[in-house]
Amino acid sequence: MTEQIDEGLRSELQRQGIWVTSMQELYNWGRQNSIWPLQFGLACCAIEMIATAASRYDIARFGGEIFRPSPRQADLMIVAGTVTKKMAPQIVRLYNQMPDPKYVISMGACAISGGPFKQGYNVLKGIDRYIPVDVYIPGCPPRPEALLHAFMELQRKIDSQKLTGTSKAEHLDPTQPSEFPVPAFGAHDLEPPANPDVFHPLKIERQS
Amino acid sequence: MAAEPQILSSSDGAADPPASLLAMESLEEIKARAEAAVPGAKIDIVPNPGPANQPSLLIDNGHAAAIARFLRDDPALRLDFCSNATGVDWLERTAKKTVKVKKMIDGVEKDVDEATEEKIPGYLEAVYHLYSIALKHGPVIIRMRTADRAEGTRLPSLTPVYRSAEFQEREIFDLYGIRLDGHPDLRRILMWDEFKDYPMRKDYREPDDYEFEPTPHDEVLEKARKHYSPRPQLDGAENITPRNEAETR
Repeated sequence: MTEQIDEGLRSELQRQGIWVTSMQELYNWGRQNSIWPLQFGLACCAIEMIATAASRYDIARFGGEIFRPSPRQADLMIVAGTVTKKMAPQIVRLYNQMPDPKYVISMGACAISGGPFKQGYNVLKGIDRYIPVDVYIPGCPPRPEALLHAFMELQRKIDSQKLTGTSKAEHLDPTQPSEFPVPAFGAHDLEPPANPDVFHPLKIERQS
Repeated sequence: MAAEPQILSSSDGAADPPASLLAMESLEEIKARAEAAVPGAKIDIVPNPGPANQPSLLIDNGHAAAIARFLRDDPALRLDFCSNATGVDWLERTAKKTVKVKKMIDGVEKDVDEATEEKIPGYLEAVYHLYSIALKHGPVIIRMRTADRAEGTRLPSLTPVYRSAEFQEREIFDLYGIRLDGHPDLRRILMWDEFKDYPMRKDYREPDDYEFEPTPHDEVLEKARKHYSPRPQLDGAENITPRNEAETR
C-alpha cells in the first residue's frame, strides 16, 4: 500500500530511478488519463463541448479526446444540453449500456435542473432524476474552461477511488446498481417522474 | 480600368413589372373572386385591429381545400407557398357591448347606455400564411374554425394542396388536438405517441414536478408551495438541511 511507504523514501528511490507505486495508484492513473466520453450532444451546450474537444481548448491534453460513438466503449457521459422528456428514456438507456466504471457530467443549467425551460411541459428537470451524476457544471452554456474544470474534478474523483476496503469504489461493489430503470412514456408525464433511489434533492423546509 | 458602376433605375428600357408585383388585390376582391370561383363557398373577413393590421379570410370548412386550390392556382394570386400553419385556442368568452337605447325616463325620452353580454362559445382555429414566390406578394392569411373545443375539433387538411403544411399540421394536431381530415400521416410529431394531452390549449395543466425548487418565485412559488411541509416557527437558510451523507452512500 502506498500509504505505508514513507514519502521521503519514495522520492529518494525515484531519484535513483526506482519507481515505487501501488496497484491502486497505477490503475487509477491509467483510468483517469484515458476517459473516453460518449459522443452525443443535446443542445447548445454540445457546441461548447465540441469547442472543448477542438484544438483551441484541446481536451486531449487531459486524455479525453476519444469521443466514442458507442456507449459500450465509453467511460463518461457528458449530458450536454436540454433533456426533453421524449429524450430522457434514451439517455437512461445509453447510460445502462455503458460498461462499469462509468461517470456522468451534467453540463449546463438544463441538464442540472431544466434551466430556462424548467417550467415547460416537455423538459426534464435535471438528468439526476434518473441517473447518478458525478460532476455538475453550472452555466448557460458553460464555457470550455468550465468543462475542462469538471473534467479535472472527475479525474480527481477517479484518483481518490479505492480498490479495496469498505470504502471502495461503487463499480467494484456488487451490491451497487449499475443500471437504472428506464422511465416509460405515460399519458401525462414520464412514469415515474423521478427515480426515488437516485434522486435525492436537498430537503427544503420553509414557512408555508 | 474600373468598370462603370451600373445604376439601376426603373425609368430605363427594362420591361415594366407585372401589375401584381406592385400591389396585391384587396382582401375584399379576393373574397369576392374566390366565392365566385368556388360555388357554395362562404368566406368572412376577420379584421385584426392594431398595429399589425393583418386581416384574414375565415373560410368555411366544407370548401376549404377548393378555396385553397383557387388561391394557389389563380393566375392573379398564385399563392404557391404556405410559409406557416399554426393553431389558436379560443376559450369561451363573453363580449361586452354597450348599446345606446332610447328610454322613457320621467316622461322624457333619453339615450341610455345599456350593457349587453354576448357569450361566444370556445373554438379552435387553424391559421395558414400564404405567400406567392412567383409574384412576390403576400401574405394572405386564411383561417378555419372548429365547431367547438371538445367533440367537434375536426378540420379539413390543406396538406393535399400545400405539401409544406404536412409537418406543421401534425404539430397542430399534436399541440392543439385538431384532427385534420385528409392528412396523409396524422401522428404526434413533438410529444410521444402515448401522450394524451394537448399542451398548447389554454386549459392545459402541466404535470406537477415542483417538489424541489430552491429559489422559487412568482408562479413557481405558488406551485412549489403545495409541496412545502408546514413549519411556521422557522424561516430562512437554516431550514435548508443537507441530506444525510450516510443515506447517499
